[in-house]
Formats: sequence, structure tokens, C-alpha cells
Amino acid sequence: MTDEKPLIELERRINGGDFQSAGDVSSELKRILQQIGFPPSFSRRVVIAAYEAEMNVVIHAWRGVFRAWIFPRHIHIEVDDEGPGIPDLELAFQEGYSTAPPHIREMGFGAGYGLSNMKKCSDHLEIDTRVGEGTKVIMDFFVREA
Amino acid sequence: MDICHSVFLDEEKCKGCTHCIRRCPTEAIRVKGGKARIDEERCTDCGECIRTCPNHAKYAQTDPLEIIESFAYRIALPAPAFYAQFKFTIPLGKVLNGLLRLGFHEVFEVARGAEILAAEITRFLEQKGLTLPVISSACPAVVRLVEVKFPSLLDNLLPLDSPLGVAAKIARLRALQKGYRPEEVGVFFITPCPAKVTEARQSGGGLGRIDGAISMASVYTRLINELHLVEDVPDLQIAGFKGIGWARSGGEQESLGEGEYMAVDGIHNVISVFEKIEVGELKGVVYCEAQACVGGCVGGVLAVQNPFIAKVNVNHLMKKYSVFRPWSREEMEVWRKARIFNRERAYEAKEVLKLDRDFQKAMEKYQQIERLLERLPGLDCGACGSPTCRALAEDVVQGRAEEVDCPFLLRDNMLELAREIYALASKVPQTMSRKGREDIGGSHSGPCATP
Repeated sequence: MTDEKPLIELERRINGGDFQSAGDVSSELKRILQQIGFPPSFSRRVVIAAYEAEMNVVIHAWRGVFRAWIFPRHIHIEVDDEGPGIPDLELAFQEGYSTAPPHIREMGFGAGYGLSNMKKCSDHLEIDTRVGEGTKVIMDFFVREA
Repeated sequence: MDICHSVFLDEEKCKGCTHCIRRCPTEAIRVKGGKARIDEERCTDCGECIRTCPNHAKYAQTDPLEIIESFAYRIALPAPAFYAQFKFTIPLGKVLNGLLRLGFHEVFEVARGAEILAAEITRFLEQKGLTLPVISSACPAVVRLVEVKFPSLLDNLLPLDSPLGVAAKIARLRALQKGYRPEEVGVFFITPCPAKVTEARQSGGGLGRIDGAISMASVYTRLINELHLVEDVPDLQIAGFKGIGWARSGGEQESLGEGEYMAVDGIHNVISVFEKIEVGELKGVVYCEAQACVGGCVGGVLAVQNPFIAKVNVNHLMKKYSVFRPWSREEMEVWRKARIFNRERAYEAKEVLKLDRDFQKAMEKYQQIERLLERLPGLDCGACGSPTCRALAEDVVQGRAEEVDCPFLLRDNMLELAREIYALASKVPQTMSRKGREDIGGSHSGPCATP
């Protein structure tokens, strides 16, 4: 994170298994980015990554907190969950690999593109995970778009 | 760019109720001074407000049929949905001949334009490196919705003209080939909806120029009384099931053949699907047909027939006219040379949702909105004239409304004021402080003060 003071801070709780509200946090973030006037292509990659992180909590974890810090040319996101953690991070980054249970996958979620998508969309991705305790996803996005 | 619209308000009929403001998909309407006001920047001409208004105060401004009289050679472009207004037992050759009876010299079916366009879309989708899903550009309200509300999906929009645009260009091209001078040829669309009226008005002055958009309902009314006098001329009808199907939701993707296609209709449904596309869901979908009206074009606000009955008509017509008449390679070459698939107007982000051009100011405004929102009731009742509490907060911060437009905040402020008055009234000036003078805070059960 930069020393600069963020102009907007967003903090929202996410409940594991709550598919009804799944996506609400990333929708809110999208509206903020749109209203402030970030370039559409920048907003799109931030929102895709935020949505994947949010959905990971809904699909895999018990509960989590989504935090975003919005700077003029930079966005920092941290998603901290209490959940099963990721046993093999390297494997989890492979496209199509998923630990989501079959009934979730049948619903069309947990296809195994979450982490690789987050990596593709963000400029910096850090994952801190402890099996049986939880996962923390940290992402940074810098405005490169015109 | 100049904004032209086709949805307008009849001030006399508007009672200032708030039905329309909640229904508008882009929050383009506010009630001000007891009347609805449409923000032209945000309006997509989708017609939801026309549908919702209990007082029929919103209307689509179309052209009267008489407009055709100022042209020597008049071509009618009937929308596929126009066919579905008539009972399916009536031959289309009769309906089209009926248009000639009304004063047109030629008919060119938009359904035919759709068939030709469908082939071009299929070709387009074979390209590599497309931003998927490709979103159909046939419904102008959907195109405008993307420009206003989903600027990050601009690259997904199909960069080809609509069936109407394609039909208009081919029709004019043919008339010019027949020897008519450009100023003699009038091309008129028989439209199911206001969004298409706007599209017609933005068609420019070139080959794709549309000289008028006449309401489907008005043409139907004129025609229905004369149809029994009209002969069936089967040769007038060229388009088959593929083009006719475009009248209703699903017809467009069906005309493209096999593929990973989807169809969504109803502007609020379209919004929820586009939100999914924005977050990267809908992987694997190649083409998304999206129409602002429930049921597709048969659900347009200028339709006469109930859209569900109209759909039955479409399905019957598709069976009845199960032909597909190909065009020649030479024809296609001429069309391509004339750039019939090119859009007149490039897609552009409208950026009306931005709070300020200046980034820093936009951030500050956002924070002001959040602070104000904490004090608003969050009921989205619409009594202030804005569709939601958030919209009111935005309007206040943008200087377009006042906090006390909210009846709850007004009441809170009045209560606060009453308390202040009460507190002040309790403070008795020293010279008045006399025994026997009633104190505002005192008991009312006691005897009145008498001098």
C-alpha cells in the first residue's frame, strides 16, 4: 500500500453460502468506480477480480470481510476469510482446478478459474492461507489505461 | 453530439405520481414541480415509462403517415413485428399489398434485412480474438443502455448495423439503381417502438437515411379497415421464417444457426445479464441477443396486439413461410461495396454516471453522497421526486435537489425547529418574569393568569 491517504474506504461483510447476496459487494464497488470516473476497462478488471474474491468466500468459506481502499490511480483490495484454507496453492492457480464440492460446481460456480482470473486482472496478487483457519487475498490495481 | 429522443411527456396528463421514476432503468426521470422530467442524457427511449404511466402522459413521438406525401417515390420498411399484429391466417402478401394501397410505391421487408444481416453476423462471429459474448446491436434501446450504463461492455457490442439500417440501405440503393434521384426517394420505417424512432432520426443523410418512422399502431388502424379490399400478392413477400422470427425474442439467435447463443428480453432482465457479463460470468457464450421489450419487438409499446398472442402469430407465420430465399453473390458484392453493414454512428460511452469530470471532485462528491445517505430513510419511496434515496443524495450533491425534498428529512428538520422554538419560548425575558405569568413549560391545569 502507498503512504497516500485513500479517498474512499469500503468495508463489507460476506457470509459463506449466501448465494442470494453473492456479487453485491463487487456491484457496489463497480458503481463507485463508475461514478468516480475510472476508465471502463480498468473498472472492468477490478470488478472481475473483486467478484472472484467475493465468490470464493461465498463458495468456500464460513465468513469473510471485504475491504477496498480507493486511491486516485490505485486500488487496494483485501479479502480476509475464516474458512478451510487452500491446501495446495500452486494447484489452485491452475485453470480448471477446483476444490468446490460437486453440488456447487453443478450450479455453475467454482469452475476453477477464480485464482487465475484474479491474477490476470490484478497487477499484484498475494495469497496468505492457512489450512483449517482461512485465506487472505490481497490485490493491487494500478491505472495503466488512458 | 446532438441528442434526439422520441419519448416525451404530456404535461397536462402528468399528475406527478412517481410510477415512472422507479421503473426507468437508467434513473432518467425526476418529478419536479409536480411533473415528470426526462433527462435526455440518460434516456434510452426504451419505453418503460410509457408502459408504466397510469395516466398515459408519456408518449412516443412518431411521424404521421402523411409525411410520405412529400416524396415522389416512397418505400415502406415494415418491422417483422408488424406481421404479427394480424391474425396469422391473413396472407402476408395481402398485408404488404395493403401498404401499397396506403400510398407506398414499394415495400422492402426489414425481415429480409434481418436475413441478410444474420449471414453477416455468422461470418463476423467466425473471427478470432472477439470480446465475448458479442452483444447484438439490433435493439437501439439496448445499445444506448450499454453506452449509458455499461461502458465497459462497448467492445462487446456487435459493430454491424441493425436489420433496419441494412434494409434501409438496400431499399434506397435499389431505388437509385432504378433511376430515381436521391431527393425523390423517401424511406419510411413502420416502427414497433420509440427506440427505433430515435434510431431512424439518427440515421444520417447518406444511403441509410430514414425519412420517417411511422407508428405500427397507426398503420395497423388504417390498414385493418381496408384489408378486405386488398388482393393477396404473394410475390411482395421475400423474407421467410428466418427473418420473420426476428419479431420475437429468440428469433435472432435462431437465424444464426447452431452455436453458443443466448437471448434475453425485458430491459431489467437485460441489465441483470449484463451485470453478469461485466463480472466475467457467462463464459462460453458467444452471442447474446438482447431486447429491451419483454417478448422482443412484438412487445414494443407501439404494438396493437398483445405480445403473447403476437408470438403465436409469429410462430404460425414461421411455419407457413418456411422458405429461405438466398441472394446472389453479385448482389452481396454490390451491398458490401455500398457498406450496408457499416453503422452510421460509432458507439460511445456516455459517462453520465460520472459524478464530476474532475477525479478529485468526483471522489469528494461520492463521500458527500455517502454521508447524506446515512441520514436518509432508505425506503426509496420516491416522494422526493427522485427514484431512490441514493439518487436523491446524488441530486443534492449535484445541486439539482435539496435535502428537504425528502419528506422524512423535512419532518426531522421541522421537529428540530419546533424543539428550538419551544426551548426559546421557555426562556422568559427578565422583564416579563412576573408572578402569575404562565410559563410555556408549566402546568396547563392551573388557572389562567389574570392581570
